[in-house]
Amino acid sequence: MSLPFHECDVLIIGAGGAGLRAAIAVAETNPKLSIGVVSKVYPMRSHTVSAEGGAAAVIKDDDSLEHHAYDTISGGDWMSDQDAVELFVKEAPKEMIRLEHWGCPWSREDNGKVAVRPFGGMKNKRTWFAADKTGFHMLHTLFQTSLKYSSVFRFDEYFVTDLIVEEGRCQGALALEIATGTIHAIKAKSVVICTGGAGKVFPFTTNAAIKTGDGMALAYRAGVPLKDMEFVQYHPTGLPFTGILITEAARAEGGHLLNKDGYRYLQDYDLGKPEPKPVLRSMELGPRDRLSQAFVKEQESGRTLQGPYGDFVHLDVRHLGAKTINNKIPFVRELCLKYENIDPVKEMIPVRPVVHYMMGGIDTDIEGATSLPGLFAAGECACVSINGANRLGSNSLTELLVFGSRAGRSAATFSTRQDTFSTGIGSLFEKENSKFLSKYSADNNGSESIAEIRNEMHSTMEEGAGIYRTEASLKKSMDAVKSLKVRFENVKISDSSKTFNTEVTSALELSCLLDVAETVIQSALHRAESRGSHQRTDFPERNDKDFLSHSLAYKKEDNVPEIKYKPVIITKWPPGERVYGRETKQS
Amino acid sequence: MDKSVNKQYYRKDMSIFWWTRKWTHIRFILRELTSLSVAFFALEIVLLFFSVSRGPEGYQTFVAVISNPILIILNFIAFVGLIFHSVTWFDLAPKAMVIKVGKRPLPAIVIAGSNYMGWIVVSVLIFWFLTENT
Amino acid sequence: METIEIEVFRYQPEKGSDPAFQTYEIPLNKDWVILDALNHIKDHIDGSLSFRWSCRMGVCGSCGMVVNGKPVLTCATFLEKFAPGPVRIEPLDNFPVVRDLVIEMSDFLDKLQKVKPWIIREEEGSTEEEYLQTPSQLADYKQYSMCINCMLCYSACPVYGLEPGFTGPAALALAQRYNMDSRDQGNRDRMEALSDDTGMWQCTFVGDCSAVCPKNVDPAGAIQRYKVEGATHWWKTLLLPYGKDR
Repeated sequence: MSLPFHECDVLIIGAGGAGLRAAIAVAETNPKLSIGVVSKVYPMRSHTVSAEGGAAAVIKDDDSLEHHAYDTISGGDWMSDQDAVELFVKEAPKEMIRLEHWGCPWSREDNGKVAVRPFGGMKNKRTWFAADKTGFHMLHTLFQTSLKYSSVFRFDEYFVTDLIVEEGRCQGALALEIATGTIHAIKAKSVVICTGGAGKVFPFTTNAAIKTGDGMALAYRAGVPLKDMEFVQYHPTGLPFTGILITEAARAEGGHLLNKDGYRYLQDYDLGKPEPKPVLRSMELGPRDRLSQAFVKEQESGRTLQGPYGDFVHLDVRHLGAKTINNKIPFVRELCLKYENIDPVKEMIPVRPVVHYMMGGIDTDIEGATSLPGLFAAGECACVSINGANRLGSNSLTELLVFGSRAGRSAATFSTRQDTFSTGIGSLFEKENSKFLSKYSADNNGSESIAEIRNEMHSTMEEGAGIYRTEASLKKSMDAVKSLKVRFENVKISDSSKTFNTEVTSALELSCLLDVAETVIQSALHRAESRGSHQRTDFPERNDKDFLSHSLAYKKEDNVPEIKYKPVIITKWPPGERVYGRETKQS
Repeated sequence: MDKSVNKQYYRKDMSIFWWTRKWTHIRFILRELTSLSVAFFALEIVLLFFSVSRGPEGYQTFVAVISNPILIILNFIAFVGLIFHSVTWFDLAPKAMVIKVGKRPLPAIVIAGSNYMGWIVVSVLIFWFLTENT
Repeated sequence: METIEIEVFRYQPEKGSDPAFQTYEIPLNKDWVILDALNHIKDHIDGSLSFRWSCRMGVCGSCGMVVNGKPVLTCATFLEKFAPGPVRIEPLDNFPVVRDLVIEMSDFLDKLQKVKPWIIREEEGSTEEEYLQTPSQLADYKQYSMCINCMLCYSACPVYGLEPGFTGPAALALAQRYNMDSRDQGNRDRMEALSDDTGMWQCTFVGDCSAVCPKNVDPAGAIQRYKVEGATHWWKTLLLPYGKDR
């Protein structure tokens, strides 16, 4: 058996949409570079696969880049960096067309051109879609296209445990081969992190099990700040048990949200009067964040229902009848029937707000570069920021193409300039190996259950750092997370096998989640204002004078993260009022 | 880049009777086996032509041989096999043949149906030809 | 609360022993799919049970297993269906087992690469304009593009079980997906990989791959159509050796 050392020019961590796009960009920029792609799951399992709605890019004559930029910036409550947004909307159509050239089965108009549809918060139709499986088709197209580049070498089912940082630059990563329990050292002249979000910090989320903030934690531990972590987007109607998302279309067709008394409670929250037919911008078709907030108020007044998986309200579509449901929202019925054993034709659907997306992430510039030389990031794990305080629907899929590609090109250029590696990697490798043997093995004599720590983290995040936050609630959550981190040091591993030990990977994931959780809480605590998805009941107004700036959370050993700020970049659009209600036009 | 590690996998062997556990597999094996029926009739027809080419006596000998009770039973079994084979074959035809008329592919039942129709028409024609000429 | 017995296939190579079934008694919860039952076992009864999962909504393709003899996505199979039990859960058939319910599937990824599942054209078009493709042309291949690589079809395919070299249903269907895409010109490039002795001709059309496919991809149909095309191609090259057949 040879020593588990590998070398490549560019190492990409994460093989979802952003990672694969980055890999292709590197291969195209310099075909001589060897590209390693390491992921804890096979590429086609990545969470990009779950995105349904679509990807925004200006392509029709009645639309303009200016409109796309404005929708993005106002949607983000003026927290987006406007230079990044301008660049994003400009490169978006080219990236989308390239994906079309690679075979993505976009839905079409009769004349053969790509079809677009309206989406929440948009002035014009500009969302490209592949039926209701857009993310799935994008991911598989990128993955299959990546197979044609012989310079791409994949490490499937390797869990990255640490970045290799030597001589002030990132020079690769250490990774656990899950199938064998062996630690490998993968040396690289540059590294791109594309590991997605961290929805699993919260109990109720549309995110898949794998979205545990691993890449965010890697960068954070290496001294790179996490930016704008307080901004967490909720979707108002997810299924409580599984977090499966019930699309806005169910409400646009005339579905009602009812509390435990069967009352359309939204009328009590300044969202219009209940009409029998759906009215745009009112009641159930109000903006996402307002609907989520109304849920919390109902919950506090004891008017939600209690189930085995927490509180919920009802989404009732029964009055639409089987025919309308089958014709207009078949996917909603299919999801409920197939994965939750509920038939919306006969039963009310239990729903509640669920965490959907992290606007924050690894602080990068518009080239995808972080403050650590040789380290780049793109996709949901990164924060450029184009999403500001609240992401515009259908920007995330486009973002992973535009910035995945940019980060790939930057990494390729960086690697082309480096000729050698440092020599000290061997000792780092030994250190990691011994740490691993003592901490993440059945011999560690730990006693704390992974599931219990995870559950307690979930409830404290939901209670203290959820839809509404206050100084007191956040401080309480921070204390709880701190003590969970102490308990985690004594985590119990009952599985003594080295082969595909998913208890070890669960423990690794939990350690990342705990790190991400503390940055969310601390950033939220310091932002004494309400903006976009961040709502402080003790500071209900937006405060541009003090907080028109990005938060940066730095890791401090054995202490809470240190929070610094840097100003938001404003080019053309001075902060204005965020007009609610446009989001209701989507179906 | 080389990934070498020691891996011990468990591999389950497939028994030669794997096909006995599921009806769909039994049906599949029968479909494959009944191709022998097709071969049997093909051979019989070749022999028939061969004997007819040798004049009335040759034909008489052929009739005498196939009147043997064992051959009648064999013919019957092969006939049942042939029917089974044809039915399964026609049912599968729509999978292999996708014919588009205008913008829409023809439904499977039309493809399978036209195969059955063709089968019936040819059979009727042959039957008519035989009864008219005797 | 009512309970149900689950018999799970256990295999740990370090123990050097043959696989065995381990029985767990768990609550029979109406909301639970098989995958929830496995997660309940992992979190509360036995942390050493290994299996793959992620999206829990039938699109990532991780959680395919054999439940009571049938390959299924465990996130889309309700526990209640098997009451009063017991339920037997095994790893997918026809694959080497790494551990417990985890199979080794890198063989599929190699085969996928072999069939060139990407758009092949002499030159990629300009980034200013999309290739035109009508809804009807999209419909020609759309079904075959729905494959989530869950491997249920390989588990159901006896040919793959007997001849592990066989390219197999999902990879062949994905080749067909690109062949039938109006934007693709790579039909000929793929023909060689598809018509060698591990390709489509090994398929004997058992049809189980299509029966178990959770996304109605119909790989069996894709392969038969390809055979018709392959045979036509062969005749054309035989009869018109100097002609161009495209």
